[in-house]
Amino acid sequence: MESLDELKGRAEQAVPGAKITIVPNPGPANQPSLLLDNEHAAAVVRFLRDDAVLRLDHCSNATGVDWLDRKVSKKVKVKKVVEGEEKEVEETQEEFFPGYLEAVYHLYSMTHKHGPVVIRTRTKDRAEGARLPSLTPIYRSAEFQEREIFDLYGVRFDGHPDLRRILMWDEFEDFPMRKDYREPDDYEYEPTPHDDVLERAKEHYSARPQLDGAENLTAPS
Amino acid sequence: MSGQVDESLRSELQKQGIWVTSTQELYNWGRRNSIWPLQFGLACCAIEMIATAASRYDLARFGGEVFRPSPRQADLMIVAGTVTKKMAPQIVRLYNQMPDPKYVISMGACAISGGPFKRGYNVLKGIDRYIPVDVYIPGCPPRPEALLHAFMELQRKIDGQRLTGNGKAAFLDPKQPSDFPVPAFGAHDLEPPSNPEVFQPPLMERT
Amino acid sequence: MSVGFHELEEAPPPMTARVEGDLLEVSMGPQHPSTHGVFRMNVALEGEIVRKLKPVFGYLHRNHEKIGENTSYLGSMPYTDRLDYFCSMTNNWAYALSVEKLAAIEVPERAEYLRVILAELTRLQNHASLLGFLLSDMGAWGTPLMYAFRERERILDLFESLSGSRMMCDYMRFGGCRCDLPPGWMERARKVVDAFPRFLDEFEKLIVSNEILIARTQDVGKLSAELAVNAGITGPMLRACGVNYDLRKVDGYGFYPRFKFRVPLGEHGDCYDRLMMRVLEMRESIGILKQAMEQLPAGPIMNPKVKIRAFKPPAGEAYGRIEGPKGELGFYLISDGSANPYRYRVRPPSFINLTILEDLCLGHTVADVMVILGSVDIVMGEVDR
Repeated sequence: MESLDELKGRAEQAVPGAKITIVPNPGPANQPSLLLDNEHAAAVVRFLRDDAVLRLDHCSNATGVDWLDRKVSKKVKVKKVVEGEEKEVEETQEEFFPGYLEAVYHLYSMTHKHGPVVIRTRTKDRAEGARLPSLTPIYRSAEFQEREIFDLYGVRFDGHPDLRRILMWDEFEDFPMRKDYREPDDYEYEPTPHDDVLERAKEHYSARPQLDGAENLTAPS
Repeated sequence: MSGQVDESLRSELQKQGIWVTSTQELYNWGRRNSIWPLQFGLACCAIEMIATAASRYDLARFGGEVFRPSPRQADLMIVAGTVTKKMAPQIVRLYNQMPDPKYVISMGACAISGGPFKRGYNVLKGIDRYIPVDVYIPGCPPRPEALLHAFMELQRKIDGQRLTGNGKAAFLDPKQPSDFPVPAFGAHDLEPPSNPEVFQPPLMERT
Repeated sequence: MSVGFHELEEAPPPMTARVEGDLLEVSMGPQHPSTHGVFRMNVALEGEIVRKLKPVFGYLHRNHEKIGENTSYLGSMPYTDRLDYFCSMTNNWAYALSVEKLAAIEVPERAEYLRVILAELTRLQNHASLLGFLLSDMGAWGTPLMYAFRERERILDLFESLSGSRMMCDYMRFGGCRCDLPPGWMERARKVVDAFPRFLDEFEKLIVSNEILIARTQDVGKLSAELAVNAGITGPMLRACGVNYDLRKVDGYGFYPRFKFRVPLGEHGDCYDRLMMRVLEMRESIGILKQAMEQLPAGPIMNPKVKIRAFKPPAGEAYGRIEGPKGELGFYLISDGSANPYRYRVRPPSFINLTILEDLCLGHTVADVMVILGSVDIVMGEVDR
């Protein structure tokens, strides 16, 4: 199979205006992915499926990933004037990456028996802008998987024929797989709780007298 | 009447071919040797339940081979597998549809208390939050021999049930409910999260 | 609690004279004797013919992926047993393969051979159980299931003496297997594999020449190759349509290229072909097993350089897949360098094979729906995760 750069070049030629970026994959697995922009994603994927050399006709997997807002701080050497002299001082610079939701597709070819080509599409943000183009008109196998991403992450797929919840009940209102989801307080007796289980269980404990300097286990009232 | 007959007299009579019993014993004996389970498996424990009913660990020896698909014809519901919150209202509905006297065996760690999937937004932490359970079988999955042991425990329990008097069985007492309210799907959780008449979480009294 | 009519506050609503469009909506499941677990289908029937079918699942959604994000890599291994609870060994292998891809871990020879042997044994007992369930759904009422489970018990005995548990084996590790064969295991396994063809011949006679089965499965649930490829169908269901795509040959993972075996292909893509696929695959599995058991080398079963506890793979992502008995089972892992995966995703073959259930059942009768569903071979633990 051709390399990802050649693939990117041909795809950009076939779909004018498409912005494709190669996202490198650190680590030994050697599966870098192509990040597509939301406007032209469907057209690019259609090209990948119908192109005679590639024939990526098997969409094996569609995954949703949640990335929260991240602050990455780096120590940078900066030239600054200190006490009348120019010196190189170390400064911490903080870079803010806004959070987004992502859909990752793994494409293989059953005709030519090669692959995978990994495609990524990203939403603008994690709230109102959580919309992505649906690949269901191109690959039928994405139908249930995109419904699952909608159910668990809250990403709306434009162009999906039947977008509704698939694993949770219809009246459910949260998106459980998001990283900031908090489970309902479903207290259950734990004989030896520790760490975060202890934190959650403390709210159910009864008041305890302070004996012999013991730790006060009551919840804040 | 058999309460007044001495054990030694009873065995003497039996040797002569005369059998003395009471209605209660006869009634319980008939019921416990012909329990009809409901064909109801949720997850992996269901496969061990089928293996128990298969030819190697035969459940038919105990009279329990007739698995009925309809709850209206079953006496025993073996809740085998993880109970999820999406499935819980259907389980309570099925329990309500079973006619009295009915029993529940909670098979496997998931049906007892959520099991390995306890930290879950969709997992109900034990079916005993909504319906009363008679026998609990720990294990993940419990071996077929464990299910047979539970079956025998249930048979012993049925043997000991009284029909009259103060300690009579729950299904004969009009004040004890045999229907339980079905939980509804809420926005974040089931409503109510548990049935307070059936399930009280143990109080964490730390002294 | 029944309410007497004199206690009602208002009169009951009048019965409508006809249902809208003469379509009767039936909800089959989630508690149903033949639906292979808690699976529900909302079927709209015109008489007995199916006009619409919408599957509903989630009744066994145990948030396996969320647990995977909060557990270490090794801690997720027992949870993979419970995905497709018939085939715990192949689930373990798929997960171990993905982590080995993520961290570039090598597996010693003996461990790879052991993995192949256990995977093919799993395939044997899975296909036998499936045929047993399908025949009992069609009305044979349990007898073929007893025969299939008799063979399954023999294989489960082997698993139990090797890993300690009949079903949830938790046997593979990243870089090898957990423990080596106990003495005498190989002889017992050889006996089981040698006795299997006799069971298969008996079973095949029940299937191939049984006229009721032929009438109920031929030309029922026909699947075309184009739709199958586009819908991501994998496994015996895909090969029954004539598409030659078996991951054991395509990806060549785990020393499969060393064994000589054929890939059976179907012609029509109907239920009968899917049934026969499984029978033929069982025969091929017996061939692979005999070769693997002969060639099994001595040696270590675990890569000594791997830290099993406190395992921290380098940051990155990987997608690994194997040919499980039900189809392509894949694991997609994103690691950020810590002990827990950042994203842990299971690609479930049964879930994706259900995409075209509606297309297969349209125009058939209600009785055929059960046969078609049985031939798709689903396990709810995998569909819902």
